[in-house]
Amino acid sequence: MLSWHITLATMSLTARVSLAVATLLLIGGVFVSFAAFTYGRDAAREAYDRLLLGAANDVAASISVQDGKPLVDLPTSAFELLALAPDDRIAYRVIGTDGETLTGYDAIAVPSKRSKSNVQFYDGDFIGEAARFVSVSRRFSERDLNGTVLIVVGQTLLARNALALDITRNALAALTVSGAAMLLLAGLVVRSALKPLDRIGEVFARRDPHDLTPMDPAVPREAAVMVSALNDFMARLDRQMGSMRNLISDTAHQLRTPVAALRAQADLAADETDEADRRVIVERIHQRSVSLGRLLDQMLSRALVVHRSDSVRREIVDLRDVALEVFESEDHHLLAPWRDVNLVIGDVQILVLADEHSLGEATKNLLHNALKHGKGTVQIGVDVQGDKGCLWVQDEGVGPSESIRNALGDRFTRSAASKGDSAGLGLSIAKSVAEAFSGKLHLSESDDSKFRTTLALPIAGGKA
Amino acid sequence: MRLSNLLALSVMLFGYMFMPVLAQEMTRQFGSVEPTRSLIIRSTTDISVFGSVVEAFLDTQPGLAITYEQWGSNDLFELSLSECREDVPGADLIISSGVHQMVKLVNEACALTHRSVQTSGMQSVLRWRDQLWGITREPAVMVYNRALVPSFEVPQSRFDLLDLLRPSLSRYAGRVATYDIERSGLGYLFAFSDSREATTFGALLESFGRTGVVATCCSAEIIEGVAEGTYLIAYNVLGSYARSLSRNDDRIGIVLPQDYTLVLSRALMVPKQARNSADATRFLDFLLSPLGQAELRRVLLWSPLLDDEGESVSETSLRPIGLSPSLLVSLDKQKREQFIKRWRSSFP
Repeated sequence: MLSWHITLATMSLTARVSLAVATLLLIGGVFVSFAAFTYGRDAAREAYDRLLLGAANDVAASISVQDGKPLVDLPTSAFELLALAPDDRIAYRVIGTDGETLTGYDAIAVPSKRSKSNVQFYDGDFIGEAARFVSVSRRFSERDLNGTVLIVVGQTLLARNALALDITRNALAALTVSGAAMLLLAGLVVRSALKPLDRIGEVFARRDPHDLTPMDPAVPREAAVMVSALNDFMARLDRQMGSMRNLISDTAHQLRTPVAALRAQADLAADETDEADRRVIVERIHQRSVSLGRLLDQMLSRALVVHRSDSVRREIVDLRDVALEVFESEDHHLLAPWRDVNLVIGDVQILVLADEHSLGEATKNLLHNALKHGKGTVQIGVDVQGDKGCLWVQDEGVGPSESIRNALGDRFTRSAASKGDSAGLGLSIAKSVAEAFSGKLHLSESDDSKFRTTLALPIAGGKA
Repeated sequence: MRLSNLLALSVMLFGYMFMPVLAQEMTRQFGSVEPTRSLIIRSTTDISVFGSVVEAFLDTQPGLAITYEQWGSNDLFELSLSECREDVPGADLIISSGVHQMVKLVNEACALTHRSVQTSGMQSVLRWRDQLWGITREPAVMVYNRALVPSFEVPQSRFDLLDLLRPSLSRYAGRVATYDIERSGLGYLFAFSDSREATTFGALLESFGRTGVVATCCSAEIIEGVAEGTYLIAYNVLGSYARSLSRNDDRIGIVLPQDYTLVLSRALMVPKQARNSADATRFLDFLLSPLGQAELRRVLLWSPLLDDEGESVSETSLRPIGLSPSLLVSLDKQKREQFIKRWRSSFP
């Protein structure tokens, strides 16, 4: 059962189509055979019925009246007509006006039911063999004979059956030949139709395992679905591999300096004999490791964001929820409990198509930047500008330095890393997130010398 | 069960007692003295002619005894028909020159079907339904007395015969003989075939009646009469008999009518109720085999008149009496009555 299933699932398309066509032909063939047989039987019956009728009429015409009695001068021509069915036995009977058999076989049955027509065909039996009969009546209105003479002529069925069989066999032979031709043709057509698939398979087989460039999309429409899905898949794979590579190289790059510094400090601490100095060094080591941890967090977060933006399905997200969640997580109380943080949101939903977690990470990074590098009151806000939903973080400082702004978008900023400082990285994460969801990151200073960082994303659907 | 069997038997016996007396003309036993199998052949062919063919067959069949009964065609037909209708076993093999009668027997489903290499090689006119086979080839000829009919008067066709009988004081008047169609099945068949073949038949009947043609029975007697000079010319006698007599008797001359010559093939059938149908069909296959053919030629049943002898007629004037259901017409009750009535009116 299982193997049957597998066989069915892996069956080649050619075989499937051939099987379908063959089944169709078979079913059609059964129908046509039946029709051919019926047709053959009817045609044979009609042909030989005419012969029978011709003979009966011949006999009827040969009847004359002599001395008040019908006299049958049986014509040879009638029997020669019937002998056209060369191997069939002939039955005949002529019944006079008063019901007596004038000539022929007494035992032949007359038609059981009366018919208005003076010609009647019926099936019967002639000395142990099935036979077909026709009865023809001839009316006489002579002075000395008035009444109906019934002529019955019959014949066994050999020639009819042979003809019916012949017609059927010819039809079936034609059917078989054309069926085989159709099957062959179907096979050829399917094979040529499926040639592009073979080509695609070949291209794939020849491909370098590290080659993730898109395939030539010039393939038939049906296969294009597959090819474009494959191309999408490969592009995603490519991006993910790229980000993984980036992560590794960034990590190596960025961690080397702080870790080297830590080791140097630790070496110093090991050599230091003065307890007070050592405490200072240990304090420095602590600060350094906290900063390193923070850097690591951010790098992982960024990697996660980049990864998620590719691999997680986008959902409708209310920007207010994101802002509220960041606000309520109360990280800022831990980081800078002395600073004021406000939430500025309206009562209208602002829906965008994005990943809530990534947005949250980006917002957190912006908030941290504001808390760490900005001044005064920090605000987290949500609003709509044109067709964009905006999530922004604002403080009363001057924003990042020119060099950081310029470097924005680079994967990492060496200076930031080397200082154990990660302002650039936070912005970079926010920018990646914005771009991942078809949006943008704006840095702006308002007139009243406030610095605002905005994630602007296209609004999804209608605003409720 | 037994009682009912007994009852059936007694009814059968009772029935036989009141059947018309049908008797064979002659019977002869052939074959081994202590037979393991036996075969009954009923035939219209003279034992003297057919006996050697039977013996040739028996040479190939050790342990078989054959009872050969010689019958008149009408009696044979009546007996065979009643045996068929009552399903009484009689002959294992029937051979008759009354082929129309044989056709009727087959039409009434009295025959067994048999197919073999030999039968399937036959011409279609010589077989019907694989139940009836034409085994001989014998022309219907005119026989004349060589001494009494001058060569310039020997009729080459029916027209010549009509011309001979036309003069009111023709010396042929009363000295032409033919079969009595009421007593001879073969004579009826020939006459009926004549009536179908050409309009000459009407003229012949008229002139036969006018000149007092003698209608009598049996080939041998008629030909004997011609040889002895009782008759000058015999019309429509079976060529095989004439040829076998003329071999030893140079008083007899034979003419194949040039206008058309009827060719008879004696018909053979195996009755459906035959006890020994296996040997019967074996006999048929033997007759159709080269050995049997040679034997039939030797006894002149496969007539040399039609192929190798000088005075043969052209192939187109040969009219084989084919085994076809259209021969049934000749046995139709009313048709036969009318035909015989017409015949009788010519022969007072």
